[in-house]
Amino acid sequence: MSDLLSMLPQQLVFGIALGTIYGLLALGYTMVYGVLFMINFAHGEVFMIGAYVGWAVFAALLDHQVGGLHPIWVLPVLLLPAMLFCGGLGMAIERFAYRPLYRRGATRLGPLISAVGASIFLQNAVMLTQGARMKVYMTNLLFPREWRFNFLGVSVSALLIVMVVVAAIMMWGLNTLVQKTRLGRAIRAVAEDREMAAVMGVSVNNVIGATFFLGSALAGVAGVLIGLYYTQIDFVMGYSAGLKAFTAAVLGGIGNIKGAMLGGLILGIVESFAVTFINPAFKDVIAFGLLILTLIFRPEGILGEPLADWKKV
Amino acid sequence: MLKLDRVVTYYGPIMALKGISLEINAGEIVCLLGGNASGKSTTIKAILGIVRPQEGAVTFEGQRISGLGTGEIVRRGISLVPEARRIFGRMTVWENLIMGAYSRDGATQVELDQDIERIYGLFPRLRERTTQYAGTMSGGEQQMLAMGRALMSRPRLLLMDEPSMGLSPALVDQVFDIIQEINRHGTTILVVEQNAAVALSIAHRGYVLQNGSIVVQDSAAALLQADDIRRAYLGEDSS
Repeated sequence: MSDLLSMLPQQLVFGIALGTIYGLLALGYTMVYGVLFMINFAHGEVFMIGAYVGWAVFAALLDHQVGGLHPIWVLPVLLLPAMLFCGGLGMAIERFAYRPLYRRGATRLGPLISAVGASIFLQNAVMLTQGARMKVYMTNLLFPREWRFNFLGVSVSALLIVMVVVAAIMMWGLNTLVQKTRLGRAIRAVAEDREMAAVMGVSVNNVIGATFFLGSALAGVAGVLIGLYYTQIDFVMGYSAGLKAFTAAVLGGIGNIKGAMLGGLILGIVESFAVTFINPAFKDVIAFGLLILTLIFRPEGILGEPLADWKKV
Repeated sequence: MLKLDRVVTYYGPIMALKGISLEINAGEIVCLLGGNASGKSTTIKAILGIVRPQEGAVTFEGQRISGLGTGEIVRRGISLVPEARRIFGRMTVWENLIMGAYSRDGATQVELDQDIERIYGLFPRLRERTTQYAGTMSGGEQQMLAMGRALMSRPRLLLMDEPSMGLSPALVDQVFDIIQEINRHGTTILVVEQNAAVALSIAHRGYVLQNGSIVVQDSAAALLQADDIRRAYLGEDSS
């Protein structure tokens, strides 16, 4: 038992790292839900494609034998294309898979099915163009194994710290954007009362597009980070990660940005503890058990508002 | 200034406006009266392009605006104080006012700050609550905020949908005093009201809507005198 207890801090660190990834992904679900009241089930695939974009850039750097690979410049070089590509992809998904449906006054079910379709389409597109075999991130070339710190018996790799820092910067950036800028106010206005936002002169379609761009760009970041962390990526990785992040978003209170971050962290830590202290095979059972408990006892999520107060669309 | 020419709108198969025509001249306060489901709010929505007229035309300052998007219509100089206020409850008072100026793409922060000062001068209560979430304020304060927000776009035409709804009589008087004051500063106003007596007391002219058609139009003074009209169309007890 004391053996297990001594693993607690270490597992906590792993949990936080995993949690920041879930949090980054959950932000995409929660933002899209905030403005459109729909779940973008293709979000996991955007994350997966972000991992592929980062991998492709990394592989290109290695192919061209670019020397002096240091995370200080390589990381932005991996992240930026992934963010832009995923952001654009997210906007394209909204434009072609969802907007034609809700413009014609479809119920919420239509876009949901379309989302599943888009998700299958993207998975297969990646499988056909990139092959079904997994791709490998040469993380060791960027973050050598000996780059790790020990404190209080916890071993923390440099990569892990970088992941947490990058995710924290992204979340801070998004939160600042949403709280302090003109675009952010427009997003909140559309989320709260779409018709009144339009009466203020907000172009609702542009705001929805911007929301998809932001959420998807963060999914791109999460994809690159998870690629570096797990070193192996494949075309189905978005499915379970997407479901977990969706769970995190619901756990924190869907539609709530801080809730998504919190939900991600909690889910990451719980999952990490479950692997160590219970049984790795029960990891998903516990994650989704947490979702079910949330839905039963606090359906609005930890930071969500009581459902009764929500406006209908 | 604003002209509706035989405007027809439908909600699904139901004809909500059956070809209404009305005109508002610059500098006027015009009121649009009518009971529930008479088409008052639909008229507002048709002006703002929230509901697209199937037939007829809306022209503003000589240019046709029916068919344009809501954002474009707002940028032409029309703004709305909506029914039931509909302020952004999860934003602060200050943020609501800034949202009101969203359509003024070129405005500098200094200009916006000046305009917010002007609004605070008109509604001192809002200054005290500048960082408070709008949803936590009382109904009267929210009505003030909704008016302030609408003024932030510097409209030449202000549409007001049921400004007296849910307010105490004292507050109603206050709101209508402010409407007159806004009008004196040069803003043309269209007030949609069920409360005919209050609306007519400040308006220059009035239209009465019933079942999607305009049944009476006259000067406000004449409408105030015409008890029979008010009894017949507005469901008022004139005793």
